[in-house]
Amino acid sequence: MKEKLAKAWHDVFEGVGFDYGLPIDISTHGSAIDSLIGTLHYFMALLFIGWGIYLVYCLIKFRERPGHKADISPKNYSIPKYLEIGIVIFEACLLVFFSYPVWAKLKTDFPDRASSLVVRITAEQFAWNIHYPGRDGKFGKTNIDLIDGTNPVGLDREDPDAKDDIVSINQFNVPVGKPVIVELGAKDVIHGFFLPTARVKHDAIPGMVFPLWFETKETGEFQIACAQLCGVGHYRMVGYFNVKTQEEFDNWLLEEEKALTEGE
Amino acid sequence: MAFPKLNMMSYWVYFVGGVIMMASFLMPGGAAASGWTSYPPLSVISNNAQTVWLISMVFLITSSLLGSVNTIVTAIQLKAKGQNFMRWPIHVWAQVTTAFLLLLAFPPLEAAAVLQLADRVFGSSFFLPSGLVVSGEKWAAAGGGNPLLWQHLFWFLAHPEVYVLILPAVGVVCEIVTANARKPLYGYKTMVYSILFLGFMSFIVWAHHMFMTGMGVTLSSFFQATTMIISIPSVIILTTILLTLWGASIRFSVPMLFATAFLPMFAIGGLTGLPLGLTASDIHLHDTYYVIGHFHYVVAPGTLFALMGGVYYWYPKFSGRKMNETLGKIHFWTSFVAINFVFMPMFFMGSKGVSRRMYDQTVYTHGAATQSWNVVMSTAAFVLLFAQIPFIYNMFTAWKTGKKVENDNPWDATTLEWAASSPPPHENFPTPVEVYRDPYSYSPTTGKVLPQFAPQEG
Repeated sequence: MKEKLAKAWHDVFEGVGFDYGLPIDISTHGSAIDSLIGTLHYFMALLFIGWGIYLVYCLIKFRERPGHKADISPKNYSIPKYLEIGIVIFEACLLVFFSYPVWAKLKTDFPDRASSLVVRITAEQFAWNIHYPGRDGKFGKTNIDLIDGTNPVGLDREDPDAKDDIVSINQFNVPVGKPVIVELGAKDVIHGFFLPTARVKHDAIPGMVFPLWFETKETGEFQIACAQLCGVGHYRMVGYFNVKTQEEFDNWLLEEEKALTEGE
Repeated sequence: MAFPKLNMMSYWVYFVGGVIMMASFLMPGGAAASGWTSYPPLSVISNNAQTVWLISMVFLITSSLLGSVNTIVTAIQLKAKGQNFMRWPIHVWAQVTTAFLLLLAFPPLEAAAVLQLADRVFGSSFFLPSGLVVSGEKWAAAGGGNPLLWQHLFWFLAHPEVYVLILPAVGVVCEIVTANARKPLYGYKTMVYSILFLGFMSFIVWAHHMFMTGMGVTLSSFFQATTMIISIPSVIILTTILLTLWGASIRFSVPMLFATAFLPMFAIGGLTGLPLGLTASDIHLHDTYYVIGHFHYVVAPGTLFALMGGVYYWYPKFSGRKMNETLGKIHFWTSFVAINFVFMPMFFMGSKGVSRRMYDQTVYTHGAATQSWNVVMSTAAFVLLFAQIPFIYNMFTAWKTGKKVENDNPWDATTLEWAASSPPPHENFPTPVEVYRDPYSYSPTTGKVLPQFAPQEG
């Protein structure tokens, strides 16, 4: 505890840990989100600075002083009206041309399942279970009665479709440049599946399965974060999101398959 | 109040609720730990303190409901002679709108709290789906419920609740600004209609808190549109107060300092709501510190500053003495600087993607990269705490030693409460008062203040 505090203070004085701004983006859809966030912040800064200058001017110009009297005659200014109409039009444009299309693309324009990597991610306190369908592309049956320490999703290995299924805990490997479809669920409480570097966020809600998709454009090692309070271990519910080349990914799959057959 | 006994009941129910809420911290196994949103299934499977928390919520909600009925009836039924709706000070409009929000939005949450209580205590499954597996064990409940049902019921209250917090603050700021700008409020009617429209719209934006729960295109389009629409009356309210300052003669009393500081900080809070209200930008910012920064700028530097300004402003009314000006200025400037250091870094952390409600964010790489902001925020929070010492000291000592007011209307204000003597006698007004004109009136010939209760100029 003491060491942690000492390190925290040391970092402050060294200027370490003061990062800000959006993280890097390795997804194909992320640039639309980032540009909307950017545009909005320019708009907000413009309004705020405008208001700020006006406010400071008023506070100085119209301060109480001898010989200065308030102007109490009724007023009806037209500039603020035009300004407000301008704000309305601007917001409507952001809504219709920026936000609606991104959301519609993410929610309705799913990539073809055959040419995508389809995985099931089941969140639990406090881990991410990632279920790959394996070579046959079919998910084996799962049954909650089979869930135990070694079988976190309750996969029924008797099922022929389940023979080659791979379940990894907290290691989410995906090949770069290939669409990924995630079928997201949870076992116990609500979790928030968040890939900060891929601009992906979705609540994982028990009793429901939500499909979502993304596509990466860069390799690298990143993290899965939990965005929704899920219990005392919420803060350490970190997963690893590894974007590999197709070749590395295939090798990893082969190794996992080998481990499966050896285990039998 | 129109119903004194109801008022008393509201208070005592509140008191009981508060004691139970405090007691929940002392429960074996720790305090309730599912956040103020209390999302099931986490809240249903969590420790026993959650049950106590829910019981307390039922009491607190009941108290709010009783209070809101009383506020509405009092404001409408007990108007002074000559007082009509368009002569109400903005503060009264804000309080009545707030009371309506409470009255209409709280019953669904009260019902939801009882349902969650049933889930916890009687083993029902309103909010629990089938097939829950907790810590590797099947959860013993029938299932068939839906966790999202809670979120809808919860946010149907909790969004209007935001306006419950901010509208009275807006009312306080309007009173302080008009009294200290020495001129009428710009666009009184615009202000009234904006507040009413804001109150109405606050009922149909709630699902923007749930964009990440699998919401499709149609529903999200509706809630994004309403969210953008609700920003319009907010902008109008702020603009109206700002325009009131044009051509004013601004008296920088301590309440005015707080009211002035409210304006830019409320603006930051309001503006940062925009990226959260659009689903596309919300994908990255949802449930991060950006959200925390956004709503705290509305309710902490916003509401809290307005309320502190209100204390300084109405203190002479109920005590007959003014609070110390120097201590007030120390309190204001230290609080103003500190509170911005508490909440501004949240936007930097949130933009990096740091989730809210983290015990230790350095587990994540983006958390470690922003950890020093946490140190700054914690330090500033302690400074903010100590900055309240002069305020509390001032509030208690001024009761006996504060400078006595020269007359009953020390701020030269226009509204009705200053017709009573300061401090007011039992039953406030010894003789019935009459309202002769609009609030915030000044004589067109002399430019001098014309209180609502003054029969004629002079």
